[in-house]
Amino acid sequence: MSSSELREYLQNYSGPEIRIMEVCGTHTHEIFRQGIRNFLSPKINLISGPGCPVCVTPVGYIDEAIYLALEKNVTITSFGDLVRVPGSNGSLQKARAQGGKVKVVYSPLDAEKYAKDHPEEQVVFLSVGFETTTPSDVIAVKNAIRDGIDNFAILTANKTMPGAYEAMASSTDAYLYPGHVHAITGTKVCEDLKERGVSGVIAGFTGEELLTALAITVRKFSEGEPFFVNAYPRVVTAEGSPAAVALVDKFTQPCDAEWRGIGVIPASGVELREEYAAYDARKKFNIPAQEGVYKTACRCGEVLQGKIKPTDCPLYGKACNPDHPVGACMVSDEGACSAFYMYGGNNL
Amino acid sequence: MNDCITLAHGSGGRKTNELISELFKKHLGNAYFTADDAAVLPRPEGRIAMSTDGFIVSPWKYPGGNIGRLAVCGTVNDLACMGAKPLYLTCSYVIEEGLPISDLEEIAAAMGETAREAGVYIVAGDTKVAGKGQVDKIFITTAGIGVIEDGVETSGKLAQPGDAIIVTGDVGRHGTAILLARDEYGIEADVTSDCAPLGQAVEKALEVCPEMHVIRDATRGGVGTVLYEITEQANVGIRVNREDIPVAEEVKGVTGLLGLEPLYLACEGRMVMMCPKDKADAVVEALSGCKYTKGAKIIGEVTQDNVGKVVMATEVGGMTYLPQPGNELLPRIC
Repeated sequence: MSSSELREYLQNYSGPEIRIMEVCGTHTHEIFRQGIRNFLSPKINLISGPGCPVCVTPVGYIDEAIYLALEKNVTITSFGDLVRVPGSNGSLQKARAQGGKVKVVYSPLDAEKYAKDHPEEQVVFLSVGFETTTPSDVIAVKNAIRDGIDNFAILTANKTMPGAYEAMASSTDAYLYPGHVHAITGTKVCEDLKERGVSGVIAGFTGEELLTALAITVRKFSEGEPFFVNAYPRVVTAEGSPAAVALVDKFTQPCDAEWRGIGVIPASGVELREEYAAYDARKKFNIPAQEGVYKTACRCGEVLQGKIKPTDCPLYGKACNPDHPVGACMVSDEGACSAFYMYGGNNL
Repeated sequence: MNDCITLAHGSGGRKTNELISELFKKHLGNAYFTADDAAVLPRPEGRIAMSTDGFIVSPWKYPGGNIGRLAVCGTVNDLACMGAKPLYLTCSYVIEEGLPISDLEEIAAAMGETAREAGVYIVAGDTKVAGKGQVDKIFITTAGIGVIEDGVETSGKLAQPGDAIIVTGDVGRHGTAILLARDEYGIEADVTSDCAPLGQAVEKALEVCPEMHVIRDATRGGVGTVLYEITEQANVGIRVNREDIPVAEEVKGVTGLLGLEPLYLACEGRMVMMCPKDKADAVVEALSGCKYTKGAKIIGEVTQDNVGKVVMATEVGGMTYLPQPGNELLPRIC
């Protein structure tokens, strides 16, 4: 079907009401950027789930990073968005203003290189993200071992999707699975989920690929049986990338992980294995456990679970906006609240 | 002459004179270029437009131009935006001690060449030298005057609902070229800056449409920022079709990788024009015949509704707001 046929199909859909959750920040951003929500039939409800790594990073993690910067005089290296995420008592941006050394990098490999070039500093990279980004975090550790440097470590908050799919299954009728994640992991996890009654379609990232995936989801849903379709076959194969999976497996092991706004999901995170403890910032610097105090009025968690729209949050657009984010969903361009705010939400 | 600029070159003495006579005069010299304290110029017929602009771009040289060309285009284009024919420029340099004279020569040569191309005279100048580290290589300020023909009046506040919106070529080139020239992202792509003097193109557009409402240079902040400025200034809304906005494939590639919106990347040779719809095709045709505006296109229209908003029709038929201009994407772009 052409773009306009797909649009018409989704516009005029009159089957059973359906909730579709995308769990990839890039999908969220593109759906808003293309204005897709604005022409969907009222029977189709899109939910921006926990797919933006910044959005699901817990407050306690930010507190750990701030502790390292301010108490241990560590140089924090991080992707830019994370610097603005509020912790219990301010963000890394604030810590920088208080004298902490916080440096924005574009890749964990740049962070390792910075450490190599600055042997007088202790450097920690804030390692967040999903299956797509964990391999490069692991390579940074591998490079540090190769370079024989002892002033580089990573603070892991890496997460894996399968646990989240299961944990969030009651919040949605079907997932729009993230194409890039499954380019790494392959499709078996989706097949297994289908067996357990969880439906979904792997989607690509252009407007047309998204419309195609949505149309397939809606049509399959109307048939009434659990389903799985790979609608991004030009990139996603059944076996994924065994090399990347093996690399990550060599360095890391699963652990329980806290997802901001959702809670702890068993075995949904990864941490460095014991033999790489010297590169695990938590162990290297004996970071005390951080409780993490959430701002009570922020309702990011309910947004991520599709229970409310961003505009239902009392802080949205007032106390919380992209210039002054209170919740993590307002920080990144891929966050549900931020994308909603920037692209006009459902107002058009 | 020494190989590098020294503090003595800014002293106003012999070294300064050497620099003026051997370098600046060679490249910038013309009948009005003065050795006195101020240039004396014939009085033009009509209203006068006057503008000034400072340039601190880093790096000073990039594919498609350098700070010298930029400094001429910037002021020439600002004048042209008011419907003026640019006539005279002045230029003032603050140079960092230690700048190789060959670099300064390259910059002055580009200024001279661009001025001749734009049909303006550089009539007066000033040179100061700052100590090492006090400026980054070279900062240039140009000021200029131009003359506006009777009957021509352009301003952001004159945009009318129903006006067609035209961009004079593909967007976001200059910003992308600078970003790549800084080599911070490890991306290689063949993108040249769009930096160009647009005085003649504006003249041609005004010939077919003297009632043009708005001409605005899409420099810092890019076309997106211009569109939002106009919605506020004229109290209107704007609707654009994203598919109609020209973006070069290389620029699309780079901005796609970095998650940047091409509409918010700087241009230095692109303008946004708003004119009555029935004249839009004639304006585009006139622009298409000029060297730097061959890619001119109608991208949307001014609306009565959605005041203060820029609404985009997307490739898949959706509607969104163009996100509001955010923080400075890249410092020191022009």
